[in-house]
Amino acid sequence: MSTTERTNALTLGILGAGKVGTVLARLALAAGHRVLIAGSGDPAGIELAVSVLAPGAEAVTGEEAADKADVAVLALPLGKYRSIPAGALAGKPVIDAMNYWWEVDGIREDLVDPRTSSSETVQAFLPGARVVKAFNHMGYHDLEDGASPAGSPGRRAIAVAGDDPADVGLVAGIVDALGFDPVVAGPLAAGVRLEPGTPPFGANVGAEELRAMIARFPDSERGRAVISARGGAPA
Amino acid sequence: MSDLLFGLDTFGDVPEGDNGEPLSYGTAIRQVVDEAVLADGIGVDAIALGEHHRPEYAISTPETVLAGIAGRTSRIRLGSGVTVLSSDDPVRVFQRFATVDALSQGRAEVILGRGSFTESFPLFGYDLSDYDVLFEEKIDLFVRLLDEKPVTWSGTVRASLENADVFPKTESGRLNTWVGVGGSPQSVIRTARHGLPLMLAIIGGSPTRFKPYTELYERAAAQFGTTAHPVGMHSPGFIADTDEQAKEIFYPRYKVIRDRIGAQRGWPPLRPEEFESEIAHGSMYVGSPETVARKVAAAVKALGVGRFDMIYTSGSIPVRDRMRTVELYGTRVIPMVRDILAG
Repeated sequence: MSTTERTNALTLGILGAGKVGTVLARLALAAGHRVLIAGSGDPAGIELAVSVLAPGAEAVTGEEAADKADVAVLALPLGKYRSIPAGALAGKPVIDAMNYWWEVDGIREDLVDPRTSSSETVQAFLPGARVVKAFNHMGYHDLEDGASPAGSPGRRAIAVAGDDPADVGLVAGIVDALGFDPVVAGPLAAGVRLEPGTPPFGANVGAEELRAMIARFPDSERGRAVISARGGAPA
Repeated sequence: MSDLLFGLDTFGDVPEGDNGEPLSYGTAIRQVVDEAVLADGIGVDAIALGEHHRPEYAISTPETVLAGIAGRTSRIRLGSGVTVLSSDDPVRVFQRFATVDALSQGRAEVILGRGSFTESFPLFGYDLSDYDVLFEEKIDLFVRLLDEKPVTWSGTVRASLENADVFPKTESGRLNTWVGVGGSPQSVIRTARHGLPLMLAIIGGSPTRFKPYTELYERAAAQFGTTAHPVGMHSPGFIADTDEQAKEIFYPRYKVIRDRIGAQRGWPPLRPEEFESEIAHGSMYVGSPETVARKVAAAVKALGVGRFDMIYTSGSIPVRDRMRTVELYGTRVIPMVRDILAG
């Protein structure tokens, strides 16, 4: 927990007003943060859903959510990452909660390339932003049901992967405030250990078990495929 | 709560025979008909058959099976759960269900939705990335067909209709139509905009987290000036004489299918503690009639739904155990839930 910074009230700009976006909005509001949330189009289209599912969050455009955010959260389908307002995110920490989900995204060879993790692909599209992977491995219903105050027995954990220690500390603090023990998984490239097909994917477990699952990556089927595609170098 | 409805849902999972090997698809389909006949006789209000295109499931055309059930039953509602409208033609869906409605003397109901799988898209020549526009346009056309008057419609996903009259008409004048939703807020709002009843697919986690969705449905209907119908929910379950027996029969077979589907979605294999947690706190209605009835009653009460459907097959559960789960649902669980909610 030494990497965790205590976070004061922040403005979170959530891109994506579906299942994951609205759950994260609710948790962030409960933690005392200000939340701006955007769907893919006109904010009027999500106003009703936001007012019922995340009362207190402000429905805005994607551009405005990105522009006004202290920290942005990507909770849209990964296949649409090219619609993210890259310019407005320059210089900001950006939490990537997205996963490749072929049943929504369609078959996308670019998003399953074992040589690159999906968060690195997103980082490449957002050159001015500082991407940190978090909240991707837990199902949205477990996020909703499992959030609990720090120190609660059996508290669930969320893995965080990012390159800048200050950003990782900031995101770890947000994870903690939203109701989960943060587990630092390494640099952004290590986010490959949290993707679909890896041991922690779908994990709704405590910190110790989550660490063990992340460590098992090289022995998993996906882990072996990634290592072999990268010429034997583990992530 | 006296008008609370209880349904049984299945995708036509292929059961295993005495040797543990899968029975034929024909046997699996006839088995569902036998189960519907049993359910009809013991007070189950509805049966809903899902459309799938995978080797584990025998039912790809629910309405054909429903037509078979229609001739052997007298009161149970005959539904799909769900009809994958995006990869089907709204006119044909209407015609097929209007025909089932005729055969069953008004008992047909369609549940439109995305479904859990996507095999129908490549199979019928649709692109998954067009999902949203396909569903949006086709449900719009389908809702117009429900008025049973000549329809003029144009869109991008199918040929336009100019004053097209579609047959057969139903005797009631309106085909019972629901929309199945898995948790997308915009789908809830769209259902309310069309004034259709909402069926929530609650297949994991605490059912109470769906409470805001019922509120969203009601608020959206008020905003659009449409009718907010009683909401339904459907969740997986299995009933045997004791909790232990139910888990013993259900778990290993459920695990096989859950892990096969999970491998395609990137989930690690199911662990026993996850299964136990779903039974204790989540959306798995597995156990003795008492256990299941208590859990159903709690969910119905918490969400204020008007209909509860249990998906009673998950994997290769043997025929005798499936028949027993149907029997216990109708004869024990439904009366107990009604008692609990009345008391």
